[in-house]
Amino acid sequence: MIYLRLAWKNIWRNKRRSFITIASILFAVFFAVFMRSMQLGMYAKMINSVVGSYYGYIQIHSKGYWEEQSLDNTFERSINLEKEIKSTKEVVSCVPRLEGFALLSFDEQVRGVSLTGIDPNEENNFSSLKNKIIKGNYLIQEDKGVLIGEGIAEQLKLKCGDSIALISQGYHAVSAGGKYTIKGIVKLNSSRMNNSTIFMTLGSLQEFYGTGNRISALAINLKEGSNAANVMAAINPKLNVQEYEIMDWTEMLPELVQIIKADSSGGEIMVFILYMVISFGIFGTILMMIAERRYEFGILLSIGMSRLRIITVVLLESIMIALLGVGGGILFSRPFLYYFNANPITLTGKAADTLRKFGFEPEMPTLLDFSIPLTHGSAVMMISLCLSLYSVFSILKLKPLEASKR
Amino acid sequence: MSLIQVTNVHRVYNETDIPVSALKGVNLSIKEGEFTAIVGPSGSGKTTLLNIIGGLDSATDGSLEVAEKNITHLGTNELIDFRLNNIGFVFQAYNLIPVLTAKENVEFIMLLQGWEKNKREQRAMQLLEEVGLKEKVNSKPAQLSGGQQQRVAVARALASHPKFVLADEPTANLDSASTNNLLDIMVELNQREQITFVFSTHDQRVIDRARRVITLEDGQIKSDIHK
Ligand SMILES: Nc1ncnc2c1ncn2[C@@H]1O[C@H](COP(=O)(O)OP(=O)(O)OP(=O)(O)O)[C@@H](O)[C@H]1O
Ligand SMILES: [Mg+2]
Repeated sequence: MIYLRLAWKNIWRNKRRSFITIASILFAVFFAVFMRSMQLGMYAKMINSVVGSYYGYIQIHSKGYWEEQSLDNTFERSINLEKEIKSTKEVVSCVPRLEGFALLSFDEQVRGVSLTGIDPNEENNFSSLKNKIIKGNYLIQEDKGVLIGEGIAEQLKLKCGDSIALISQGYHAVSAGGKYTIKGIVKLNSSRMNNSTIFMTLGSLQEFYGTGNRISALAINLKEGSNAANVMAAINPKLNVQEYEIMDWTEMLPELVQIIKADSSGGEIMVFILYMVISFGIFGTILMMIAERRYEFGILLSIGMSRLRIITVVLLESIMIALLGVGGGILFSRPFLYYFNANPITLTGKAADTLRKFGFEPEMPTLLDFSIPLTHGSAVMMISLCLSLYSVFSILKLKPLEASKR
Repeated sequence: MSLIQVTNVHRVYNETDIPVSALKGVNLSIKEGEFTAIVGPSGSGKTTLLNIIGGLDSATDGSLEVAEKNITHLGTNELIDFRLNNIGFVFQAYNLIPVLTAKENVEFIMLLQGWEKNKREQRAMQLLEEVGLKEKVNSKPAQLSGGQQQRVAVARALASHPKFVLADEPTANLDSASTNNLLDIMVELNQREQITFVFSTHDQRVIDRARRVITLEDGQIKSDIHK
């Protein structure tokens, strides 16, 4: 107790210096937290818009499908398996999909498209596909119509009610063909998908390809903040490993992981530089403090205060200063994080276009996750504790006789 | 029976290019209740001797006993404890912890010794009253005059019932009124409570009031007069 009180009083001896030190720690923590929350928020948004709104955090396929995405690598749909997966902890939804390619012909124009068979209700729960309709209507169960990506519609001048012909090779190389009416036009985040994807009900597509009740993937979405690896471990025992493969989004989308990693390392370097700068600041404070108080420490040692006790007080001082700075920085950053979470900064221009091409919305809502301030707060605490080892060593070397020299 | 027994103490400072022999065979015995001034020209070895007696420095050769305990070979951490429990110190200036009040400064030693709060406060108040600072118990050192600060230092030195109080030129920074005042208090404490004081000084007025005057010259005792 007395140590705490003494340390607290000592901090305020040189108010201006302590204030400057605390302020520098505060701003460093503030900027580190704010910047990382912004970056990580952007990544979360990226992941969410690519993974959450289409791929799913986890997918289950027939073994070998991801390597060779053909209709021959599909598997028989099992409602039981889907039920079991849905009942797994942290799983929010699990939707069946059949995917393949076809040639679309309309009005003497022909182009390649990718076909996706979905369960309209479940898919809407999964990826809010209904909200992406810009013209026409969403599919109903057993619908015979199709939804086409906005890009295809623009290029081929298609509108709702038009009939298109699709031709492809079906399951086991049977030939597939059919005429479909456009029921709606969807605007998809990813420009690649927007320019190539056609949705129809799972039943229609299975009929088109002649696959029977087969599907190519189960896409699974998780509760926010869940750990995909844990969920995969929970699902794994329910799967026959000879038959199925289970993957998380990082395996399915290594490019996305790469983009994030590359961008993130820039931020990490910034934070590192910031930390270096405040380290020198803190160290300067410690040096000055020790120099100023050598005589006093000498007196304390002379009258019988052990080095350990002196060290305790001095360390407490460092901890208090660091805590004030770190706590202040975290508190100070919160309102900004909340504000920019609710009102995300929207990128414009070239950067925004690039992001859109990849299917990312060019918005950067900050991430409110408390692990970010915790990480940077404890990093700064560690730095100042390490630096205050210098004062520990100087006190260990101190001789009481310094007291008689002034 | 002597309280402090210095036997053939030598101190050579080897840290400098040319070794300096600051004490050259000092023999000295101080009894309980004495009021001793150590005097001598500048550089004669007064501070060196007091530092050794106080366990702040060790002799190069010779031995030191305090209350029949040989402390010549104690390690630095044992010496810290020894100082805490046996010796009161008053330095020339800037004795006090600047952030604590007069009362807290006096309490500090007792705190280190683990006294309980009530006893601590009671004794601190009593001591500050004895040194005439009843009105200043809640003042910080910076709000006290040099003489008042030295009186707080004396109170602090006495707080833990030390075996003796060492003071290296306690009046060097004081004007004559403050010097007299501090001396009155020290003499009074010595006579009423039999507290042993050993101090060094240049000041003739201080020397006049000592009951024993030991004169050092060039690291040796030149005279030792009991009055
Ligand atoms: N740390 C040291 N290193 C080297 N020599 C020292 C050291 N301290 C003291 N001396 C020398 O030892 C001798 C005695 O010094 P000391 O400080 O004991 O004298 P003093 O009697 O207290 O003098 P003053 O009246 O000026 O305080 C002096 O010659 C001094 O130069
Ligand atoms: Mg001296």
